[in-house]
Amino acid sequence: MPPKKAAAKPNVSAEELLGHYREMLLIRRFEEKAGQLYGMGLIGGFCHLYIGQEAVVVGLEAAADEGDKRVTSYRDHGHMLACGMDPKGIMAELTGREGGFSKGKGGSMHMFSKEKHFYGGHGIVGAQVPLGAGLAFSDKYKGNDRVTFAYFGDGAANQGQVYETYNMAELWDLPVIFVIENNGYAMGTSVVRSTKSPSLWERGAAYGIEGEEVDGMDVLAVKAAGERAVAYCRAGKGPYILEVKTYRYRGHSMSDPAKYRTREEVQKMRDERDPIEQIRDMLLTGKHASEDDLKAIDKDIKAIVNEAAEFSKESPEPALEELWTDIYAKVEG
Amino acid sequence: MAIEILMPALSPTMEEGTLAKWLVKEGDTVSSGDIMAEIETDKATMEFEAVDEGIIGKILIEAGTEGVKVNTPIAILVEEGEAVPSADTAAPAAKQDAPQETAPAKAPATVAAAAPVTDTTPDWGADVEVKPTTVREALRDAMAEEMRRDPDVFLMGEEVAEYQGAYKISQGLLDEFGAKRVIDTPITEHGFAGIATGAAFGGLKPIVEFMTFNFAMQAIDHIINSAAKTLYMSGGQMGAPMVFRGPNGAAARVGAQHSQCYAAWYMQVPGLKVVMPYSASDAKGLMKTAIRDPNPVIFLENEILYGKSFDVPVMDDFTIPFGKAKIERAGDDVTIVSFGIGVTYALTAAEKLAEEGINAEVINLRTLRPMDTETILASVRKTNRCVTVEEGWPQGSVGGYISNVIMQQAFDYLDAPVINCTGKDVPMPYAANLEKHALLTADEVVAACKQVTYR
Ligand SMILES: Cc1ncc(C[n+]2csc(CCOP(=O)(O)OP(=O)(O)O)c2C)c(N)n1
Ligand SMILES: [Mg+2]
Repeated sequence: MPPKKAAAKPNVSAEELLGHYREMLLIRRFEEKAGQLYGMGLIGGFCHLYIGQEAVVVGLEAAADEGDKRVTSYRDHGHMLACGMDPKGIMAELTGREGGFSKGKGGSMHMFSKEKHFYGGHGIVGAQVPLGAGLAFSDKYKGNDRVTFAYFGDGAANQGQVYETYNMAELWDLPVIFVIENNGYAMGTSVVRSTKSPSLWERGAAYGIEGEEVDGMDVLAVKAAGERAVAYCRAGKGPYILEVKTYRYRGHSMSDPAKYRTREEVQKMRDERDPIEQIRDMLLTGKHASEDDLKAIDKDIKAIVNEAAEFSKESPEPALEELWTDIYAKVEG
Repeated sequence: MAIEILMPALSPTMEEGTLAKWLVKEGDTVSSGDIMAEIETDKATMEFEAVDEGIIGKILIEAGTEGVKVNTPIAILVEEGEAVPSADTAAPAAKQDAPQETAPAKAPATVAAAAPVTDTTPDWGADVEVKPTTVREALRDAMAEEMRRDPDVFLMGEEVAEYQGAYKISQGLLDEFGAKRVIDTPITEHGFAGIATGAAFGGLKPIVEFMTFNFAMQAIDHIINSAAKTLYMSGGQMGAPMVFRGPNGAAARVGAQHSQCYAAWYMQVPGLKVVMPYSASDAKGLMKTAIRDPNPVIFLENEILYGKSFDVPVMDDFTIPFGKAKIERAGDDVTIVSFGIGVTYALTAAEKLAEEGINAEVINLRTLRPMDTETILASVRKTNRCVTVEEGWPQGSVGGYISNVIMQQAFDYLDAPVINCTGKDVPMPYAANLEKHALLTADEVVAACKQVTYR
């Protein structure tokens, strides 16, 4: 186990650390609440929780600028919270209500926010990778310097369309950051059971794409790597790959008994590598915050999450006419 | 001997072109590969090479001539010392135009798959013992029996081995048959569908599990372009004896990208056989037939039906032939035709109708290709009315095809237009209330049956 890095990052401000702490905690508490609502039957279908992986999106969002885009898979709640989408609208989409980001029509896996440049929420493994490169294509075409974060899993990394995309992204110098969220498992298949080239970021070399591996349980390391990637892409040098090593604590979705790994493996991660605990330690040992300060944040977050849950229960179901809307865009003129 | 040089077709769509320029003149010696002329096609200017050796005896079409039909003689090639034949003998009239296409042989019937004669024998004898079995167990048992019977049968797909199947259909198969024959794949549908098809070309009999048929969209190129068409393209030399299986259609609350019925899509493809079982006995008997069939079979299961229990005969080798529908319920007021989970709605509707004195006959198609149209037609000739029931979308539906068959072959028997009950013409919404409305209901089937019986 690598030593805790509490003292190793002296020049990070208290303010920044507290910000990361808050955001990661919001995701964790939100996901715990979603799990509860699922258990109560208020959320249906598939629901993939992000617990354990919080440092990935929080670190990368800290490296992003206004107007940068993001796209991801069905495990998307954390990404939406981290890019500033309203927890109420997310939770109400999970419960399939009118107040949800897709008016209740998309659900957990399919949510979008044009305002926050969040392009989904995609249920088909790997599909978001070329979509992300296409978003980057649109920015390059328009001549701005925005970048796109295209998040995908270790399992998705074996889909052929990922490599078709790598080739074109490098060929055309597209400003896209491929973020492989390697949480060790694709459903019940561990990385070593799905490939003999387990260093996923290195596959980019075959296409001439630069990249690196990142400790995804350390939000500061993720942010630093994100800044390198963003600078590279914004400078017009083309795509960049970040393989972020992370871990999901819960099952693949709510119905996964997760028998493919031991309880000890999960517990060890929680005890030794938890991204939120790491920052908490840093805050306390560096005397950036007191226990009471952190308790106040916890309370605050709990209130936000409870408010989202209340909203998601009270928001009405969509009107029946909504069944027939949004199938085609109106032809203007 | 003199050889005619004909106007070449230089693109798949070219019918005529401009002979832009001759690069040889009469009396020149040419050999194979020499560029003789430039020809403008509908798409580009192409160089035209000589194939044979000889002397340009005569140029028949001047440079600059437009609209020269493909296969028109444009020059005559002669051997050393040979006289140039006259133009009319060199260009017989028949060669002036592209060869006449012979009329294609008439298709065997107006409908695609020729249907067998109505066969109403029950799936198993009255004296056979039955055992309540879930659809899930029936599918597993069928695969296990066939794997015991034929060592070339193997199963591949995501999470089929160690996880025992995402929907637990392959429970126990890894233990019995080992990792050589029960193979976990990475998430690479296009890749493993192609590999399985290649393995089938190579003589094996793969069963490919798609975690759901939504993900077969990644692989649909291999299913159709590689698996379905190769027997034809190879002139019968080789094909793909294999099964593509997995849950199809709506589950519950899984949204637009995970809730689609592909029955009508695959049913369209010559070269594929398409099965959609309803009960556990259907599932078992048809799966065994599918694995033995020397063609690619699409086997569309349903997640909601997996846990349902039905009687399955206790037999050493229970199979159900393709192209044989089952009459689930006899009646003479209206024919309800369905398949897969649609049969559930059809049977519920039939019960409700019976309470109102309407006697519905419910036909479970079981295989969509080949389709047992004889059984449908025989029933319609008796009831004079028909309602089709399916979960998929209305445009280009299975029901639309059935209506066409009935219109062509039993038009005079109809007392009302056929009604197609389908899923709503929208992507599947997530919200509970909307999903309920998007899906087909038994009440809609009841209403349609009343409409065609004018009640
Ligand atoms: C094309 C396709 N195949 C299969 C699935 C079913 N499926 C959903 S998630 C998943 C595992 C993906 O694992 P990974 O990419 O590592 O992402 P993670 O769930 O770990 O975030 C599978 C097989 C799917 N949704 N789409
Ligand atoms: Mg993973």
